[in-house]
Amino acid sequence: MDFGLSFYLAGAEIGLAAAALLLLLVTAWGGQRAARLVTIISVAALVGATAFTAAVMNNGAGLAQTEAFFGLYRLDTFAGFAKLLIYVSTIACLIVTPRYFERRGIYRGEYAVLMLFNAVGMGMMVSAVDLMTLYIGLELSSLSSYVLASFARNDMRSAEAGLKYFVLGALASGILLYGMSLVYGFTGNTSYAGIRAALTGELGTGALFGVVFVLAGLAFKVSAVPFHMWTPDVYEGAPTPVTTFFASAPKIAAVAVLARMTLYAFGEQLFGWQQIVVFAALASIVVGALGAIGQESLKRVLAYSSINNVGFLLIGLATGTPAGASAMLTYLVIYAAMTIGSFVALLMLTDDDGVPLSTFADIAGLAGTKPALAWCILLLMFSLAGIPPLFGFWAKFVVFQAAVQADLVALAAIGIAASVIGAFYYIKFVKVMFFDAPAGAEATRHVARSPAAHWAVLVIATLFISPLGFLLTPWLGAWSNQAAVSLFTLA
Amino acid sequence: MGGLPILSLMLLVPLIAGIACLLVDARPARLIALGATLINLLLGIVLWLNFDIGGAQWQFQEYAPLFAGFSWALGVDGIALMLIMLSVFLMPFCILASWEAIRTRVGEYMAAFLFMEALMIGVFAAQDIFLFYIFFEAGLIPMYLIIGVWGGDDRIYASYKFFLYTLLGSVLMLIAMLWMVNVAGTSSIPALMEYDFAPAAQTWLWLAFFASFAVKMPMWPVHTWLPDAHVQAPTAGSVILAGVLLKMGGYGFIRFSLPMFPEASAQFTWLILGLSMAAIVITSLIALVQHDMKKLIAYSSVAHMAIVTAGLFAFNVQGLEGAMVMMLSHGLVSGALFLCVGVIYDRLHTREIARYGGLAINMPAYALFFLLFTMASIGLPGTSGFVAEFLSLAGVYQVSSWAALVLTTGIILAAGYMLYLYARVAYGEQRNADAAAMRDLNAREWVLLAPIAAAVLWMGVYPESFLAPMRQDIAMLEARLARAAPAGDANLVMGAPRAQSANAMATLPGAEHAGEGAH
Repeated sequence: MDFGLSFYLAGAEIGLAAAALLLLLVTAWGGQRAARLVTIISVAALVGATAFTAAVMNNGAGLAQTEAFFGLYRLDTFAGFAKLLIYVSTIACLIVTPRYFERRGIYRGEYAVLMLFNAVGMGMMVSAVDLMTLYIGLELSSLSSYVLASFARNDMRSAEAGLKYFVLGALASGILLYGMSLVYGFTGNTSYAGIRAALTGELGTGALFGVVFVLAGLAFKVSAVPFHMWTPDVYEGAPTPVTTFFASAPKIAAVAVLARMTLYAFGEQLFGWQQIVVFAALASIVVGALGAIGQESLKRVLAYSSINNVGFLLIGLATGTPAGASAMLTYLVIYAAMTIGSFVALLMLTDDDGVPLSTFADIAGLAGTKPALAWCILLLMFSLAGIPPLFGFWAKFVVFQAAVQADLVALAAIGIAASVIGAFYYIKFVKVMFFDAPAGAEATRHVARSPAAHWAVLVIATLFISPLGFLLTPWLGAWSNQAAVSLFTLA
Repeated sequence: MGGLPILSLMLLVPLIAGIACLLVDARPARLIALGATLINLLLGIVLWLNFDIGGAQWQFQEYAPLFAGFSWALGVDGIALMLIMLSVFLMPFCILASWEAIRTRVGEYMAAFLFMEALMIGVFAAQDIFLFYIFFEAGLIPMYLIIGVWGGDDRIYASYKFFLYTLLGSVLMLIAMLWMVNVAGTSSIPALMEYDFAPAAQTWLWLAFFASFAVKMPMWPVHTWLPDAHVQAPTAGSVILAGVLLKMGGYGFIRFSLPMFPEASAQFTWLILGLSMAAIVITSLIALVQHDMKKLIAYSSVAHMAIVTAGLFAFNVQGLEGAMVMMLSHGLVSGALFLCVGVIYDRLHTREIARYGGLAINMPAYALFFLLFTMASIGLPGTSGFVAEFLSLAGVYQVSSWAALVLTTGIILAAGYMLYLYARVAYGEQRNADAAAMRDLNAREWVLLAPIAAAVLWMGVYPESFLAPMRQDIAMLEARLARAAPAGDANLVMGAPRAQSANAMATLPGAEHAGEGAH
């Protein structure tokens, strides 16, 4: 065991943790005045972590050793891929945050520090190859998330969202922990490799319970049906920048954990978990699509949309093949861009007093008043609906291709047919913005000018999901494939 | 053509012009749109002139492996060439028809039409099955906006119906495509057209494609989106919908269903013939009782498309050629009829048939054009409709004389509803003072209608110009289908060819009567 190598592989987490602790001190003494500075330094730290991870990945082809700390931790291409995505999403979320809270006079440096700790936790989650590491990372990330959800302390709904998230999240963590204890009990091992080796052949009832509980706990974290109930409430109640974050980075981390858990630790028991994942996938697609119909609140609609998207992600996972995992990773990248883009667009929909336009009625006729914003939302919505030539289509395409290649034609057919239901509410955005007249001249609220940072994030996300994104497919496909293959490589 | 990627260029011109239209005011947007569509028409003519009839099956091929999983592969055969010509020919008229009718958000409107043009050309030129799907589906977005933003009173309902109906039809086709590519190992359309899928799998694949193309076509009973969409869409939207979008369904059948799944196609011949027969009788009767001009023409479109599907599934050269000519002819004629409706709609802002009457008195030139297109729609000899209907029905007759009999009633019914429409609009008393005060065609409207009228007569009098580029492709398709073609009930006996043509003048003065007896 070479400690130097271990520290090198865990460098991104160590650096981020050190930066977070340092910034905590800065906030403690600097107070609210230092908030902007802390945010900027946090973004810089995340950029550093991104660059570091990318550099390790670039050498990665020659990385003979990916295991660190006696098999507790691994930085393979898969972990690197997920981490880059997590860091970039977190950076995007941090960039759009300060303005929102500053208008309300409640911005504090702790926000950025919590995001950094969250990033550390998520990094550990995706690198974990041992149940212990996984749990520590998961809790670090979750606990920071609970606080973030209730960050707007004087807002009842934010506090409610935080409390709901905490209670239900703690329950899910409990279920997960219970499942882990069962798995440990029946395999005698906490390391993924050990579990994989022990879980061959017939799956015993006890171990099966363990697998089911672990999957249930993780399904909560990715908000897959039937563990999705918290999502609309928390997403709606939490401040919009926090919702943007919840819908992107932690979800990416949780999906990555779920993938490593099922494909690597439970890799020999495909038939044990495949039907669970298939059910969760189809149920998420259908519930995510039906639930959004009839919602008036834009944030709730997008919350259901994220449930819906998780369903498509799980179709990739359900195949249990490297192609499926690769498709899932491609989907994650595109999903991150779409979801961050659409939530940032919501964030930009505020009137002059800083009150958000939160319902469909509020954005009626937006195309007349704010054409650029309306066109961006139009592209994002059609992309979420998976209509070509937007890049969201490619995400669904690769997932269904993997499903068809794995002979899951029925799953693919049902999934894609259900996606049409989802299209109904995505095009409702377009209908409201483009077809409807504003509710009435006096009732129309003026949409405030948005800061450049918001526009930058929105435009980058929109360009990525525009047809131009297809030009990236060769690289995106190659990276996803590499990452997926590394997931299947036994150390 | 050297190395000039003419097809990519035809896609690029409207795309760039469309983006430009989004950024400028109404007036420059109109000019940019007109310019771009005219450039594309010019490029289309260049394409046609350089198309080597009887040469290679696929011409103007372009290939660039730009994407993972599929590639930028373009190319046309005669069938695709003719449909591209139809698209680029109709587009300038769409822009001109909207010149004065559209006053709000002109830039966005023109952009939507230009994007639409690029996507339509892409559909017909794509040589990669996934590229085809992308173009095919992407058309939903601009059309949804065109109907929803600039449509009539009930536009929201119509736009939703159009979008969801056609989307649901298409998604299963994607799964079928994924399966086919997985099995065949290639996504190239020419390669897939020669690949023999197992007959059992063909049934499912055929049904998945059928779901998509039947909705797009549209075939009875999944046609109900069409009247709604047509009535609510602005005039130019109806023209493009009837003129080109419906042809994507027929193109899909001829490019995918028939050559890729010949056995399944033969198996489902009766489904197609049955639906076509039902469609032609039912929708013709519905058309008879319409009060709304656009709705009447929309139902007549469904009836005409039924002749296309029947002709396609006749499995012989006449049927296929007839179906293709019908698609081209219907594209011109129904487009022109919608333009005719648009002309009087712009003046009186109603499509109610009863509000008009006696237009032949105050609008003689208009009445003349309207009559010509009415007759072409009925299929009067000398117009394109006659060639189309005659060939299709001759083809169907070889497969089933009963189907041909029922389908032929459609022509009689078509004469019924079209002439009834014409009589109520153009003849009789001038019932309303405002209708009587309408002025005749202005210069712009002349420019709109005259070229289409010329094309309709050209196709009616000398269809060879349009059939020649397609002849080789249709012959190849028939050869491919020959192994599965169902036996017909007509039992035609091929007569011995005459020494001379039937109307040859006898050279000897004494033999004049013998020559005439040979009729």
